[in-house]
Amino acid sequence: MNIFKLSIKNIFNRPLSSVLSVILLSLGVSMISLLILINTVLKEQMDNNLKGIDMVVGAKGSPLQLILSSVYHVDSPTGNIPLNEAKAIEKNKMVGNSVPLLYGDNFKGYRIVGTNSNFFELYNLKIKAGNYFNNYFEAVIGAKVAEKLNLNLGDEFVSSHGLRETGETHDDSSFIVTGILEYSNSVADNLILTSPNSIWEIHADHNHSEQIDHDDEHDHDEHDHDEHDHDEHDHDNEREITAMLVKFKSPMNIIQFPRYINEQTNLQSAVPSYEISRLFKLFGFGIETISLLAYLIIIVSGISIFITLFNSMKERKYDLALIRTLGGTRIQLTMMLIFESLFLTIFGFLMGVFLSRIGLLFISNFIEASFNFSLNNIIIINEEWWLFLISVIIGLVSCLIPSIQVYKMDISKILSNE
Amino acid sequence: MIETKSLKFSYDGKFVFEFPDIKLKDGENLLILGNSGIGKSTLLHNLAGILTPQSGSIKIFGNDISKFSEIEIDKFRGENIGIIFQRPHFVNSLTVKENLQLAKYLGKNLEGDIKETLSSLKILDKIDKKPNDLSQGEKQRVSIAIAIINSPKLILADEPTSSLDDSNCNNVVNILKEQASKKNAQLIVITHDSRLKKHFRTSLQL
Repeated sequence: MNIFKLSIKNIFNRPLSSVLSVILLSLGVSMISLLILINTVLKEQMDNNLKGIDMVVGAKGSPLQLILSSVYHVDSPTGNIPLNEAKAIEKNKMVGNSVPLLYGDNFKGYRIVGTNSNFFELYNLKIKAGNYFNNYFEAVIGAKVAEKLNLNLGDEFVSSHGLRETGETHDDSSFIVTGILEYSNSVADNLILTSPNSIWEIHADHNHSEQIDHDDEHDHDEHDHDEHDHDEHDHDNEREITAMLVKFKSPMNIIQFPRYINEQTNLQSAVPSYEISRLFKLFGFGIETISLLAYLIIIVSGISIFITLFNSMKERKYDLALIRTLGGTRIQLTMMLIFESLFLTIFGFLMGVFLSRIGLLFISNFIEASFNFSLNNIIIINEEWWLFLISVIIGLVSCLIPSIQVYKMDISKILSNE
Repeated sequence: MIETKSLKFSYDGKFVFEFPDIKLKDGENLLILGNSGIGKSTLLHNLAGILTPQSGSIKIFGNDISKFSEIEIDKFRGENIGIIFQRPHFVNSLTVKENLQLAKYLGKNLEGDIKETLSSLKILDKIDKKPNDLSQGEKQRVSIAIAIINSPKLILADEPTSSLDDSNCNNVVNILKEQASKKNAQLIVITHDSRLKKHFRTSLQL
């Protein structure tokens, strides 16, 4: 038996109030911790996918939607743009690299993207097995797609129209897996890549030339429905792409060029870094409100520990006096109270961190299922050491008054009043 | 050898308790009798080092505890003095065994045999009980066990029998004397209970 063990026994001797204090603290800590985690991981992931993209060009509509669909592959595209207009931009002197993107199909919810080797360069993709796509209906699949759908080199699959699993299938043309990518921790992990020609080819044989499933009812004014029955699709001026990712030669161009496109052409340009910081600003208010609430809960837990200790001082005054008469010093009794308080707060903190990780796992699973997007690093982050410090301070502050009381306790008076 | 000389104590600086000198040779027990309000507990707390006298000296086994610092007196008390209170006190979150372990820890005592002590008080079967689950008589025996586990050289008992009937009163006094002689400890009982007179050769009237 020692003072530390005695503290633990005391805590277990009043289970209800101890549990209440721990629950309150861990609730507050897990809320803040989860917010910090999501914010960090999400920002990291979003920034990672933004690398090398100065501007996105697509059909007119919401700029945020354009970014979300063509950079993060989570929203529906705004529509299609004529290939020759995209090529005109590509040839502009200010444009460095450009990556075309074509949507239209999916396989079991994973998007099939028509693009070229620039896409591989942009995300620094390496092929783990097999080869780059060269011919029609050859596909290179992301590492996660291969894992989740259990696809191997040489496997064939039939795509469905649209970006959701429920679209009609293109039974007459099937893709063959010619390459599997290494994990890149980018959007490419969840994509199926093929050549633009494959996408054009699939849709050429059908009674519609649009590459996008229009179930989504997005703005698609510029699509010409008269084209439906054309048999020839060889010409660039009839072909369309969904969007184009652009890297400028000089960072200066990011100011003029997007404005030029928005004002002078039928296309829309959006700057990802701007749209994403706008998005985070929108989140920001909510995050601050929840954080405030969480800090309030942590303070309430401190008050609950204080009240518990303060009340227990009255109940335990004879216990404490006995400990003194048995040779216990004032310091030992004070340490006992501090241990009790710190044990509750540190345990609460650990519970909170644990809960936040479970919460993150749940959210991660949810996001992955619905958006093909994963938050995969679960590590202790710096901000959480601050949270630990705050918990310890709360623990020390809540036992301050009881500790002073016990330090000043007059045992003779207590023992005489029996 | 326990010796006090011209011991005075005051709570507020105005009303001063003056206690007669005590001189107790090794191996002797003492009964201190006095009516309520006369300062019995105050004397006991002075002897135990819980209160510090205004003036005078308290020599216990050659140490003048009135000159000790608070930390010294806490240590001395833990190692040399066992106290039994009128109403038994425990650390209620601990079992009987853990209370005794705590007493040993605080008194820095490695030797005290918990089971032997409890069985000599005939309460070994209560070893894993919480104090609140014990009867009044059992509680008193446990509090005696806590007081003697560290083999103190001096046992102080404050009104140990005042709420007991005659037969229980005799029982408790016999247990105290028996345990004191077993541990080679000197016993000082402070009480207003004159039934105890016949049990002690030496007594002092306050």
